[in-house]
Amino acid sequence: MDRVLFRGGRLIDPASGTDATTDVAIADGVVVDLGPRLSSSGFDVIEIEGAVICPGFVDMHVHLREPGREDEETILSGSTAAARGGFTAMCAMPNTDPVCDNAAVAEKVASAAARLGLVQVLPAGAITQGLQGNQIAAIGEMAASAAGVRLFTDDGKGVQDSRLLRRAMEYIKGFDAICAEHCEEVSLSEDGQMHEGYFSDILGLKGIPAEAEEIALSRDLALARLTGVRFHAMHVSTAGSVDLIRRAKAQGVRLTAEVTPHHLTLTDAELQSFDPIFKVNPPLRTAGDVEACRRGLADGTIDAIATDHAPHAQQEKEAEFELAPPGMIGLETALSVILTEVVGDGVVSLPEAIRLLSASPARTLRLQGQGEVVQGGAANLTVFDPEAEVIVDPAAFASRSRNSPWAGRRLKGKVLYTVFAGNLVVREGEVVSRVAGVPA
Amino acid sequence: MIKHLLSMDQLSVDQIELVLRTADSFREVGKRTIKKVPVLRGRTVCNLFYEPSTRTRISFELAAKRLSADVINFVADSKSSVAKGESFKDTALTLQAMGVDAIVVRHTSAGAPKRLSQWVDASVLNAGDGANEHPTQALLDLYSIRERFGTLEGVRVGIVGDLSHSRVARSNIKGLTKMGAQVIAVGPPTLLPLTLASWGVEVSSELDSVLPKLDVVYLLRVQRERQSEQLFPTLREYATFWGLDRRRVELLKPEALIMHPGPINRGVEISSDMSDLARFIIAEQVTNGIAVRAALLYLMLGGPQIPSEDALVNLAGEAPERRPDSQQSLFEGVEPSVSAGAHLGGLRG
Repeated sequence: MDRVLFRGGRLIDPASGTDATTDVAIADGVVVDLGPRLSSSGFDVIEIEGAVICPGFVDMHVHLREPGREDEETILSGSTAAARGGFTAMCAMPNTDPVCDNAAVAEKVASAAARLGLVQVLPAGAITQGLQGNQIAAIGEMAASAAGVRLFTDDGKGVQDSRLLRRAMEYIKGFDAICAEHCEEVSLSEDGQMHEGYFSDILGLKGIPAEAEEIALSRDLALARLTGVRFHAMHVSTAGSVDLIRRAKAQGVRLTAEVTPHHLTLTDAELQSFDPIFKVNPPLRTAGDVEACRRGLADGTIDAIATDHAPHAQQEKEAEFELAPPGMIGLETALSVILTEVVGDGVVSLPEAIRLLSASPARTLRLQGQGEVVQGGAANLTVFDPEAEVIVDPAAFASRSRNSPWAGRRLKGKVLYTVFAGNLVVREGEVVSRVAGVPA
Repeated sequence: MIKHLLSMDQLSVDQIELVLRTADSFREVGKRTIKKVPVLRGRTVCNLFYEPSTRTRISFELAAKRLSADVINFVADSKSSVAKGESFKDTALTLQAMGVDAIVVRHTSAGAPKRLSQWVDASVLNAGDGANEHPTQALLDLYSIRERFGTLEGVRVGIVGDLSHSRVARSNIKGLTKMGAQVIAVGPPTLLPLTLASWGVEVSSELDSVLPKLDVVYLLRVQRERQSEQLFPTLREYATFWGLDRRRVELLKPEALIMHPGPINRGVEISSDMSDLARFIIAEQVTNGIAVRAALLYLMLGGPQIPSEDALVNLAGEAPERRPDSQQSLFEGVEPSVSAGAHLGGLRG
């Protein structure tokens, strides 16, 4: 484990409300000291004046593709991308091949990630066997496994059968886990290519109405109220959804919600290019929806920023629009996009953005040692330069995939160091690792 | 002139006028015994069709052959090439490597021609992409309407039927409104895009009240599978409310035209006994289609950048051919600017 003293950075720890120039010393996997002008004796000193030091980011929504589509992403490449993006924990979605609907797959993913030691990977379990929506998966075995699965979802699609979802919620509640839904009423969205509205009408692409998400979310909120499960709404994308969540929270439903960087910044006007890089599910919505998601972020309706990092092979994204799969990658651009477009536009303050990227999702997931920088606490932290300009170059990504809508864009904010479990895993923006078989 | 024709959005009013004027000359060529001019000799046009189409493909093929271009037909199936692991881009790069000058592309997927144009040097002509656009159909329709009325300004055109799924409707609305025509969209609300009213057109679901106002009633083809998608109960009910029968034809002004992009469903969009009326100009549309497509190929591929006929003939060591007089009018104002000598010098250097 590294003994490092970060000298002269601006410590932002939303959990404790800290925002001050503070030295941070780490040793033996924990934060051993916090304070001004700490003694450097016995530490490697890293000068980070002008940079921000904060809890490592926690991404509730990532597709790692392993097992099954290792050409698109692996646990190694995805973990490396996460570390470069400043993340120290992430939930891996279960839509792999085989599906993560049993303890064996969950344990395999968790242990493979643990061996790498780059980032904590929490496998999310499927709600239904094979994500088929017919038969409830072995939720208890996954929850009780060494992987400690704590979030269940059929992400990629929603559970369509209301009775099945109700039973799943009740069952998940028994294990005190989270039921997370990709809210989509398939009968309204089937074959849809983009958000239904002016641009889909003009372009002649089949639309996915906002109502497909809102009807599914309304049903889910009603069932969450009925069952009392901890419910999490994934990648919220419409103004109507934000309203539904705001009202449900006011009524006391146990509920959290996430939004992606792309739904906070990009609109359906991008689809005029017919470039499948902008094809994503839920689809990019209107400027009004983006504005509503931003308001939801600012007023606390939305609890977390999650990337929905969805790697796809180049040839699949170079197919015709209607044949290309939906999804975009985000681990290595999330911070810069949020700093440039969301903090930059004054939607939320910098400490608030950090809270939404770290403390808040860590709390939702009840992660020990994540989402805070406290003396004696686990050393999972990120150092970034909020002013550094970057030009997004997908060829330089650690991810195996290149499907970023931000390619070529000039953004602000760059991760300099990531510390995971007391080890410096990113140094000066690049991944360093002493684990055998992991390229430095 | 534009390099690619992907959407009617790309064409200015002046460019549309130029295409229609040039098509006049090619209409005349189409009436000759020898329906061929040598303006695109040695150039290659590829018809790349990912969707079965006989009419449009033959129309483009005839247009290119009347310009003396070499034509190759590449009939592909997007699903099978995906199954083989080949991306659409790979196919594009294969055609690029074959050195074709123009690609006429028909595709089931909206936006495919636009993507193709980003990957190849050849000119790309959209021959219909999904429900997006079909610009050459719109241009031949503009040509046909202008021919009958002498202008497009102020002409009232009712577009009837399935506008939601129609690339013909999208291109025609853009072209007609740009040229000063008024468009009224008519059909069941299930077949009309929700935001249609914001496209600068009137919207109605009641055909009978619209018909007396029209100079042109443009019937769109109704795909039979729309019935199974719950967009209307039965084809019979569609025909009852939005089909053109004798009673409805009599509501039209005497000089009003009936148009259809073809192929027609007799008894659905139009009753069989009405489809032989002189004012139903579907055959004229087909004839005009060849002239308009020839005009586009000529304007996009020809013009000043191609070597003169004489230069090519000299290069081949043959005696220059005397141009028939009738051709002179066609090329007035668009003579190649590069002289034969300069061009040959360039080749030798």
